[in-house]
This record gives sequence, C-alpha cells and structure tokens, in this order.
Amino acid sequence: MVALPQVWEWLQEVSDPEIPAISVVDLGIVRDVRWVGPELEVTITPTYSGCPAIQVIAGDIASHLRAHGVQPVRLTTRLAPAWSTDWITERGREALRQSQITPPAPPGLTAIAPQVACPHCGSGDTECVSTFGSTPCKALYRCRACREPFDYFKPLA
Amino acid sequence: MNAAAEFCLRLGDSDLVLSQRLGEWCGHGPVLEEDLALTNVALDLLGQARLWLTLAGDLEAEAGGQHRTEDDLAFLRDAGQFRNLLLVEQPNGDYAQTMTRQYLFDAWHLPLLNALAAGGPERIAAIAAKAQKEAAYHLRRSRDWVVRLGDGTPESHRRMQTALDGLWPFTGEMFAADAVDNAVVPLTDLQTPWREEVSATLAVATLEIPASAWMQKGGKQGVHSEKLGHLLAEMQFLQRAYPGAQW
Repeated sequence: MVALPQVWEWLQEVSDPEIPAISVVDLGIVRDVRWVGPELEVTITPTYSGCPAIQVIAGDIASHLRAHGVQPVRLTTRLAPAWSTDWITERGREALRQSQITPPAPPGLTAIAPQVACPHCGSGDTECVSTFGSTPCKALYRCRACREPFDYFKPLA
Repeated sequence: MNAAAEFCLRLGDSDLVLSQRLGEWCGHGPVLEEDLALTNVALDLLGQARLWLTLAGDLEAEAGGQHRTEDDLAFLRDAGQFRNLLLVEQPNGDYAQTMTRQYLFDAWHLPLLNALAAGGPERIAAIAAKAQKEAAYHLRRSRDWVVRLGDGTPESHRRMQTALDGLWPFTGEMFAADAVDNAVVPLTDLQTPWREEVSATLAVATLEIPASAWMQKGGKQGVHSEKLGHLLAEMQFLQRAYPGAQW
C-alpha cells in the first residue's frame, strides 16, 4: 500500500486540462485522498458546476495513479464546501502568473474590488473587456499601459 | 413524487430551459464577448441543472419511486412534465428581452439559493451553496446590462421598456408558493427583497415597472406555453429520432 504523501506527490504531476501550467492539487480541486480497504479513494470538487473539465480531470487522475501502479482507484465528487479560489496555493498562483494569467485576489481580499495587475508589464491600469473569457473561471481584461489583452482568474470566495 | 424531489425538479428544469435558451445565442451574439458570456452563463446553469435533476431522481428513488437519471429527466419527458418557470421559456427576442429575462430571473435566483444554502435540507443546501457563487456573478452582469441599455439610447430604452412590459406578467409565478415550495423554503419571503432590488435597478435604468398586477402562472404545475414544446423538440431531437442512442 503506497503512503499517502507519495500519492499527493504524484497528483502534483496531474495538470488542469484547460490551464496545463497548474496542477489539480494547486488548483484546490483534490480535497481528500485515503485508503478505503484495498481501494484508493480520491475526492475531487468541481470549480464551476458546469465546468466540462471535471470529467477529464477525474480520468487523468485515475490513469496517472494507475500508471504509478496504484489500483483500484475510485474517484468521488464532493460539492460541499463549495470550491473557492482561496484554495489555490501560492505555488498555483505563481504558475498562473507564469502563464500570463492574473491570479485571483489572495484569500481575505476577494470581497474588496481587487486591483487586477497586468501579467505582462505589471501595470495596474487595466480594464475588464468581458466578464467571461476562454473558460468559465476566467474574465477577459486589457492593459491600458502595454495594450496587451490577458486572462484574469476570477475570484470566487 | 415527494415534495423535495419535486422542488429539485422545478429548479433543475428552470436552469435547464434557461440554459437551452441562452445556448440558442451561440454564434449569434451581437459581439464575440457577449456570445462567450451568454454561453458561459448557459454552461453554469446547465451544470446546476445536472446537479438538481440528479438529486431529484435520487430523492424520488429513495421515496420508493422509479430511479430516473439526469438524462432520463432532461430528454425523456414532454412539455407537460416540465416544471420550469414560464419566465425562462420565453423566447430570446432581441438583446433587450434576453437581458431583461436574465435579470428578472437572476434577481430571484440568487436570494433563493442563499436561503436554501442557509436553511435547506443538507443535499439541497450543498448544491445551493455551489450555485449561489455563480448566480451572484450572473446577477452583477445582467444588472449592469439592464442599466446600460435602459439608460442608453432612446432606441435601447424603448426596447428595454417593451421587454419589461412583456416579461413582467411572468414574474409573479416565482413567488407563488404551493405545498411543494413551502415544504422546502419560505418562497413568499423572497418577494419583498426581490421587489426592492428590481425597483432600485429599474429606477437607475430609467425604466418603469408595468402597472398591471395580473400575473401568469402554471409552469411549476406543468402548464406551459407552446414555446416550451418547440424548445424541447430541438433539445430532445436526438433521443426522439433515435430512442436510447448513446453519445
């Protein structure tokens, strides 16, 4: 039986299918991992109710763990408590920044209208172009300083 | 069907039908950003509909009824078995009508989900707590559009007032509680806050609430307009043409 810290380490290697730079662990989607008898149960939670990536994520987790010799694996979906961008780790935020996606405001600051900094030039002089972007979790912004468009990962507290 | 299952069916059907309506805009939005936004809202509502319909099927089975999956409920029922609000089956019309319909719905949806998340039965509260975050975002967006178009050009104002006059008679049903609603949530309590929210927004938008107090109802009991039949004919086409087909 594989130790759970090892399993968590392997899960770090599973990327979000829409934003490959960030792992499903750093995104806060994996809520629990435990052995139930001989079976490994991985509990995940969806970001948005309609996010089509959740089925792909479940499949990716199962096949990745199987590739490491862990089986049987059971994927369980848990709704409560509902996913929040506060669960994105600091490493995850940095990974988003590296992919030119502005991460959501840090925990505790989401209630205040956050300043959305441009991931290209760092300027805070930005404007929302569209409240929705290429995925349900992002909004489309534009930098007034460097004129580049960028994605903003919407805060959901 | 027991009250809790029926209640979930009502919410799931309203989400599903509104989602399908918004999906009709896909590829037809006035600008690309709006096309994306409408279909993203549709996606949120579809996700919520799946959760509600799955729970409705589970609750029905636990009460000794047959077990129906989300797909059974979405694709294998005819208009008379749908329990959605009449408001959401109204056609898209122009952008004014689509955004007014969305705003009137969102302004009801969010406080309802808040009430369910705070005091509903456990599994209902869990879905509501998930959905309320999405609904808050939807409301912010549709409220902005109502103000922008209502207090916009003379033409956009005229279209918004026409849309509001046409859709207003479908808003009473949202608060017309019966035994099913009362078993889960005090729906009538939501009417005053809704009215305050809507009045405040419409005042900023320079739009007038229609004077007529007469309200349509029946959707929650399965009495629909012919418009729902047309919507279902499209949504359920595959299952009707090839019963039992798997994707």
